[in-house]
Amino acid sequence: MSVNQSATSLEEIVANCVADLDGPRGASAGPEHLIPILQEIQERQGYLSEEAVGTLGRAIGISENEIYGVASFYAQFRFQPPAEHTIHVCRGTACHVRGSHQILFDFEERLNIKAGEMTPDHKFGLERVACVGCCALAPVVLIDGQVRAGMKPKLVNGLLSKLGYKAAAKAS
Amino acid sequence: MSTLEQAYAAARGSWQALETSRVPLFFVGAATCGRAAGAGDTLERLRAEIASRDLQARVIETGCLGPCSLEPLMIVHKPDAPRVCFGRVGPAEITAIVQRYVLGNDPCSEWALGAVTPGKLDGIAPLGDHPMLRGQIRRILANCGLIDPENIDHYLARQGYRGFLHALEVGADQVLAAVKAAGLRGRGGAGFPTWRKWEVCRNTPADQRYLICNADEGDPGAFMNRSLIEGDPHAILEGMLIAAFTLGASQGYVYCRAEYPLAIARLKTAIAQMRALGLLGQNIQGSGFSFDLHIKKGAGAFVCGEETALIASIEGRRGMPQPRPPFPAVSGLWGKPTIIQNVETLANLPLVMRNGPEWYAQLGTENSKGTRTFALAGKVKRTGLIEVPLGTTLRQIVEEIGGGSSDGKPIKAVQTGGPSGGCIGAEKLDLPVDYESLAQAGSIMGSGGMIVLDEETCAVDLAKYFISFTQNESCGKCPPCRVGTRAMLSILQRVVDGKGQLDDIERLQDMALTVARGSLCGLGQTAPNPVLTTLRYFRQEYLDHVEKKQCTAFVCRSLMQHRIDLERCPGCTACVKVCPAQAITGERGQPHSIDPERCSQCGSCLSVCPPAYAAVYRVSGELTRYEEIQAKKSKTGVAAGEEA
Repeated sequence: MSVNQSATSLEEIVANCVADLDGPRGASAGPEHLIPILQEIQERQGYLSEEAVGTLGRAIGISENEIYGVASFYAQFRFQPPAEHTIHVCRGTACHVRGSHQILFDFEERLNIKAGEMTPDHKFGLERVACVGCCALAPVVLIDGQVRAGMKPKLVNGLLSKLGYKAAAKAS
Repeated sequence: MSTLEQAYAAARGSWQALETSRVPLFFVGAATCGRAAGAGDTLERLRAEIASRDLQARVIETGCLGPCSLEPLMIVHKPDAPRVCFGRVGPAEITAIVQRYVLGNDPCSEWALGAVTPGKLDGIAPLGDHPMLRGQIRRILANCGLIDPENIDHYLARQGYRGFLHALEVGADQVLAAVKAAGLRGRGGAGFPTWRKWEVCRNTPADQRYLICNADEGDPGAFMNRSLIEGDPHAILEGMLIAAFTLGASQGYVYCRAEYPLAIARLKTAIAQMRALGLLGQNIQGSGFSFDLHIKKGAGAFVCGEETALIASIEGRRGMPQPRPPFPAVSGLWGKPTIIQNVETLANLPLVMRNGPEWYAQLGTENSKGTRTFALAGKVKRTGLIEVPLGTTLRQIVEEIGGGSSDGKPIKAVQTGGPSGGCIGAEKLDLPVDYESLAQAGSIMGSGGMIVLDEETCAVDLAKYFISFTQNESCGKCPPCRVGTRAMLSILQRVVDGKGQLDDIERLQDMALTVARGSLCGLGQTAPNPVLTTLRYFRQEYLDHVEKKQCTAFVCRSLMQHRIDLERCPGCTACVKVCPAQAITGERGQPHSIDPERCSQCGSCLSVCPPAYAAVYRVSGELTRYEEIQAKKSKTGVAAGEEA
């Protein structure tokens, strides 16, 4: 993910997002298009950079403060580039009663980070997700967006080494 | 003949061609759950087998048939034989089924769940006799898993959009009367009579009305809407047409959570197909009724399940609720009368219009008509999406359809309604599932999540789990919810940490009642339900945590210790290798021991200790729990658990 997207490409992205608007209220971008445009930008860039928010604000005439106000309300939006690999541990009810707290704990221990953080080399990010709707196959985790059903604590190590994780010697 | 009637004729033709196909057909359940269970690999192998054997055959991807614990599922059509549904079909099973059944005569009864269509096949009973399906009546889910959700022909061939066409014929007043006579109530949670909401909207003068489908299935532990949209998207969209026509709404939105990418893709495809057939747009089918549909992706906020918050989100604002009245039916999206309906409520409308309200109301109880779907999950043997008439008892659902507890441990409670619902103790399993009975038991019907709990679930920990969810999702607008959920969470945290005082329990109850009474919207008003119901049915567990510092379920870390029985431990070093805290020491061949100072009670040692030794045991308060020593499994033995 390149952080230094040039202004033109950002402007293009914003312009494309605005052009693709789907709504009954005419083609001009208004506040109701803000969330879909932010979703589109995040889809294409991986996160909402300061530059993107600034460009968008100028393009549709909404202040950056207002954009951040809306974006920070919703769990979907992130303001940092994502890690190379992201592991989402589902914390839905079915996953919880089938031991997902343990799985989250194990990932935290192995990666030596807490949920919501990423490893210092930005290779691994660990996130909680409220529910992915695969409750019947609980507990599940998402590895780079792919659902892994029937997860078990003892599979944590194997999954991580498959992704190329080498545990740093832990200072304890 | 109109374009639509031509489409019906063509659809009937292509459906019949499938039914009488002279080449084998493979219907593979490839919804999100199927894919999670490995349907991707299954499909890949199936296509490879077809190619390498040069078979004349077709592969059709369908939605989910429901029994998710048996996925991946595949229905095989072989000429001159009934269609057979197979469960747990991985790549190896594909090869065997193609070889033995499709090319041979052996119906592979070890994986066959049953015959989907009538006809005799040795050793294969009808699918309807399968224990998971026997107690179900599938009306809403009638198409799920049997049709290609991306092919509108399949929907049309199965009477799709006939309910809407009938609505156009009889007029809006008659539709309203039919919905009223059917006794349809909202499936999103509160169970408000659908017709009454519609009447308010219709009676409000306006130049523009909106219809919103709430597909922001935010309850953790619920997947009914996802399954239904992925399996039969047109059913919901037809329901939207019927509702919009009755309300005089010309614009509609589907507000679907972004975590459901496949559902969103299916909706987009379906909407494009509707447009092509003149089922959307201006003057639909020459009726004078105009309607268009848009998809809005939710951005991950549970509170947006609340109607006014959802509207704020569509308008592009922070999803915070507004005090009601005015109700959205009077003043909603952009100040116009707006009706918001849950996915399943909408999917009921084509059934009502196609079959009539009398047919619809044949099932259900006096005040809760029809069927409804439940997402059955948790500590139950057969998990998945089920549909039963309202009034079916919890026991029938959990024991007959679900097959009882998954690990052989006694069932302790059933949690319904997600974070807004409650835990209903096992002594109430004979409760009929209808809106009023569940409310009397302290829970709610909710959107249909049903999580079975066994004795390894700690009631206090579960209450803490839900409160930490609602605390996190509280929008922060009103203090009772913002401050109250935090206060409840800190009390619960104290209790699970073993630092609770006796008066904490009283304080927790008081706080819960205050939050329920004082909160602005449904999120806060119902957030205390998990606390109140666990206090009602499992008060003793709270007392044990506080007085004996004991967690009966062995869940709360601070209240338990893992230890190794020196008599049982042969020193295999499995636990030493896996311990993330390096708390276990011991040479190979010598009994190991756990350093309680270093141990974080993660339980990894317990999970890897071979069942033949079962040397790791747990202690909590006055309780000691050993796992049972199991005889070594033979390599050819069938794994314990679900039989096909």
